Amino acid sequence: MVIATDNLTFNFGDQTVVKSLSLQVPEGSIYGFLGPNGAGKTTTIKLLMNLLKTQQGSIHIFDLELKSNRVKILSQIGSLIEQPAIYLHMSGRENLLNRALLLQVPESRVEEMLNLVHLTNAAHKKAGQYSLGMKQRLGIALALLSDPKLLILDEPTNGLDPNGIIEIRELLIKLVTKHNKTVFISSHLLGEIERMATHVGIINNGELLFQGSISELQTLSQPLIQVETDNTVDAANLLTRNNYEVTEVTDNYFYVPYASKKQMGEMNALLNKNDYAVYSISKQQKDLEKLFLDITQTA
Amino acid sequence: MAFWSAILLPLLICLLIFSGFLSKGDHGAHTSGVALWIEFSGLILAIMGSFILPMLIIFIAYSVNNIEHRADTWKSLFSLPISKLSVYAAKYFYALFLTFLCLALFVLFTLGFGNLLSVIKPSLRFSEYHIEGLLTRVYLKLFLSSLGILSIQFLLSLLFRDFLKPMGIGFICAITGDIIANNWKYSYLFPYSHPFLAIQALLNGKNAAIGPDGVPQITVDFFTKDIAVSLIVATIVFIAGYFIVLKKSVK
Repeated sequence: MVIATDNLTFNFGDQTVVKSLSLQVPEGSIYGFLGPNGAGKTTTIKLLMNLLKTQQGSIHIFDLELKSNRVKILSQIGSLIEQPAIYLHMSGRENLLNRALLLQVPESRVEEMLNLVHLTNAAHKKAGQYSLGMKQRLGIALALLSDPKLLILDEPTNGLDPNGIIEIRELLIKLVTKHNKTVFISSHLLGEIERMATHVGIINNGELLFQGSISELQTLSQPLIQVETDNTVDAANLLTRNNYEVTEVTDNYFYVPYASKKQMGEMNALLNKNDYAVYSISKQQKDLEKLFLDITQTA
Repeated sequence: MAFWSAILLPLLICLLIFSGFLSKGDHGAHTSGVALWIEFSGLILAIMGSFILPMLIIFIAYSVNNIEHRADTWKSLFSLPISKLSVYAAKYFYALFLTFLCLALFVLFTLGFGNLLSVIKPSLRFSEYHIEGLLTRVYLKLFLSSLGILSIQFLLSLLFRDFLKPMGIGFICAITGDIIANNWKYSYLFPYSHPFLAIQALLNGKNAAIGPDGVPQITVDFFTKDIAVSLIVATIVFIAGYFIVLKKSVK
């Protein structure tokens, strides 16, 4: 395990922000750390970086205890925490050069990084004039500068446009598959994590609700078929009589767990045959909110 | 910003006093070289030591730390594979260097402008006396006496993100230091009084004993109680600051 925490608990005053968290991040994975705002994601990351002092529990990174091996561990981590920390009065290149000097990384890495995040043309511009997306990209360049084995990124796609998000996603996937890195990435967007993560941890109110591989999560976040007809309740009853499982009925829609395209077609035919007018029928991914409900209810 | 203020401040003050002397014309023509130098450098010192120096130190300590507060880079600094002591000490010694640089420039500019005056106005007999050694010792003492303030202000600026707390505390302490420096026999215990106490050696130079060659014998005593207190305070606060940094969580 690259990151292993055991019963990690953290309080701000009398408020418990992180509750007995036991993370297991395997090597070579993209670990999506998922949770709504204020769930304790950033606090956990700050604990992992030793920015906050561990109050209870333990943290092991690269199988080393964090507190007693701080410098050794940090030398193999690149991080981006919340909004990127950039000196706004310096240009993008100066920011990278300054960090390269601190980390004793050859200057040639700076140009490589600028190239990688497509900031070569804006390298001489003051970072204060950068757009949010450019700042974010510069932050990622700073995190990657020392060629670390583990990347810890806190909401790295915040403020990026769709192109930027895709670029970052592809970059991270490349780093993991080709360069054998491990990425720990936090987000509040399930869709974003689903597209790249190999492992997922879901946190809410400081508690880890789910941890496992992406395929385990997918069985949990089963898609639903949303059906709109002229008579929702009767149509739902008809389906129930025909051995369909109707999970939810609202004023306008009812929902059936998705199994296959064929099943969707059969359902549609059945409704039509019984003179129900089907206005719409579509496959829907469960959103994070529903997923949370599901996970908390089954837990 | 701190860097430029450390350079511009001595230039500005020396320039002001210089132009003052220049415009006063031949007023000092009959004064001896020694007295001229003491008047010239004394004026600069009086402005400096009493109030500007503490304020400059407050500002330097603030700037060196504020650059990280403002860019929100404490967290990234402390997540680099660099020991916390290195980060803390590097910051501190840079502030120390800026203070030293500023005072060294004061010596240079005082001498430079003094000699320039004697070239522009030969009637001012600056060339009669060489104050270099004495001036260097006075400023060295001033530097030592400012270390206590520097350490305290550095720690305050490190802990508080905003400008007002370290500045306000420093401002009040600097004024208090000035007031009690002459009126309280234990003022040597208060770091903010130290620069004021330190420069009295030269300010009182006019009353110094006259040597055999007719030149006042001004000695700068480094081993005074206030310097000792300043160094002790600086050391203790520096070490305490390190442990605070070690324990402190980065928000």
